[in-house]
Amino acid sequence: MTILTLSGLTKRYGAQTALDGVDLTLAAGERVALLGHNGAGKSTLMKLVLGLIPVDAGKVSVAGHAPGSSVARALTAYLPENAAFHPALTGREQIRHYLRLRGDDPAKADGLLERVGLGDAGRRRIGTYSKGMRQRIGLAQALIGAPRLMILDEPTSGLDPVSRREFYSLLDELSAAGTAILLSSHALSEVEARTDRIAILSDGRLVAEGSLPELRIRAALPLTVHLRPRDGQADQLASAFPEASMANGVLSFSCPATDKLAVMGRISGLAPQIDDFEVLPPSLDDIYSHISRRAA
Amino acid sequence: MFGRILSTARIEFAIAVRNRWVAISVAMMMMFSLVLSVAGSAPSGDLGIDRLSVTVASLTSLSVYLVPLIALLISFDAIAGEAERGTLPLHLTYPLGRGELLFGKLLAQLAVVALAVLLGYAVAAVVAVWGGGLQELAGLPALVRLIWTSVLLGAVFLSLGHLMSCMARRPSGAAGMAIGLWLVAIVLYDLGLLAAIVADDGGAFTTRIFPWLLVANPADAFRIFNLAASGAVGAASGLSGAANTIAQWKPLLSLVLWPVLAALLARAAFQRVQP
Ligand SMILES: Nc1ncnc2c1ncn2[C@@H]1O[C@H](COP(=O)(O)OP(=O)(O)O)[C@@H](O)[C@H]1O
Ligand SMILES: [Mg+2]
Repeated sequence: MTILTLSGLTKRYGAQTALDGVDLTLAAGERVALLGHNGAGKSTLMKLVLGLIPVDAGKVSVAGHAPGSSVARALTAYLPENAAFHPALTGREQIRHYLRLRGDDPAKADGLLERVGLGDAGRRRIGTYSKGMRQRIGLAQALIGAPRLMILDEPTSGLDPVSRREFYSLLDELSAAGTAILLSSHALSEVEARTDRIAILSDGRLVAEGSLPELRIRAALPLTVHLRPRDGQADQLASAFPEASMANGVLSFSCPATDKLAVMGRISGLAPQIDDFEVLPPSLDDIYSHISRRAA
Repeated sequence: MFGRILSTARIEFAIAVRNRWVAISVAMMMMFSLVLSVAGSAPSGDLGIDRLSVTVASLTSLSVYLVPLIALLISFDAIAGEAERGTLPLHLTYPLGRGELLFGKLLAQLAVVALAVLLGYAVAAVVAVWGGGLQELAGLPALVRLIWTSVLLGAVFLSLGHLMSCMARRPSGAAGMAIGLWLVAIVLYDLGLLAAIVADDGGAFTTRIFPWLLVANPADAFRIFNLAASGAVGAASGLSGAANTIAQWKPLLSLVLWPVLAALLARAAFQRVQP
């Protein structure tokens, strides 16, 4: 079932086009990462989906409802970019308030705080929290009332790797329960393989969309091969791989992904001369910068 | 709807308590009230009116500066602060109307103002009874009137503070605009009127337009209403002395209409804020 549909979504700020004809759909339970450099239009897209700012052209539909309508608001949860809750309040007071605003039972606050790992800190003032803990307060309020659609603007910025992993496990639970999740990030490496689909925005246009393996194939970036020769075999090995260059006693070269098997064959044929080898796929950040650069 | 407004008001009041706005406002009102009632209590017997009425007259002149100042100080951050913290867009995605958010904040801040004037003026009553016995309570109606008109005046400037907050979008800008508004509405406005009266020298401006301009300013309306209604017109000075021929209902109407008008202005400005 489709939860979110964007068609030809366009937003202008004066002469600048922040978002240009973006089409995107999210099904229930789907996790989609919205990727783009600073200023690519990620936050703008999210604010349009939430009905916070009016669209200039195109259409947003949240489970068939207009963005910002009372039904859409009730279905949607949001985590703003860099949200800083009032430092004078405790985490618990803040979450109890948000529960009341949604017409929910404030007693659920403790459970929500527990779920985001703030069980003990809930009674302390938010002013004493680290950035990661503030982000968790934001996440706790987004969990209120089992939303059908979650809009998370750069949710993992400021989280350490362990917290990031916990965060994605939480998203796994939510998506398994049918919540559609749209989250943004400026780095593919942060999103990793924890989302079902990736949409890349560049200068307000959607330049690529697909799963990580699909994007990998589409980018068609070469593999990097490293060979470490056995003692005294360096010259012989170098002549067998004339395309490689030697640095720090390691031979390196790149080859198209389609030649992978052929290269492996050559390596295994020369096994007596090789101490160790590595075949590295392009890194996530390589893929991301390749796609966004090609679009520009 | 009431649940959301009430929850907003509760959380805002908690913030005001912890930011010490409540303590500062109450302390300020109590201190000035104490100073004025002690200073004003000595020579009152000769005037033939109770001390409390005299104190109310001097409290009126003080409150006209202090109440708007306190109100603006606790309200200027309301929207701009949320915009800066990034919680404004979040609030607006909740099932919470903009009017509800603004009204909740107004209620909490009005409670702070009410608490400050109530406790502050109570000091004056205590000092009067302490010094002159229970017959001083003859001035109590004047004090009660001062309290509720102060709350109305506070409501006006709270909403005007929200208006500044919406227009400036940033807390620093809103603070500057709030101070500017205070200067214009409370100080410069009266000076301007005085200058106009002097220049006009008893002409049509002084007799026709001036009384309306005076009651059109909520601070002047507050002053005129309280001074004229209390028996202590003798203590009145300056513009209010010149205006003691104005009928009571005019400043009262101004004091009742302004809170509504200011709240509507703030609400309209809030509508134009894009998070
Ligand atoms: N309120 C605004 N007024 C004018 N320009 C804006 C406004 N908000 C965003 N922009 C511009 O729109 C573009 C997209 O911004 P944004 O959506 O915040 O990017 P991202 O979240 O991807 O970093 C940027 O060039 C930004 O300067
Ligand atoms: Mg952004």
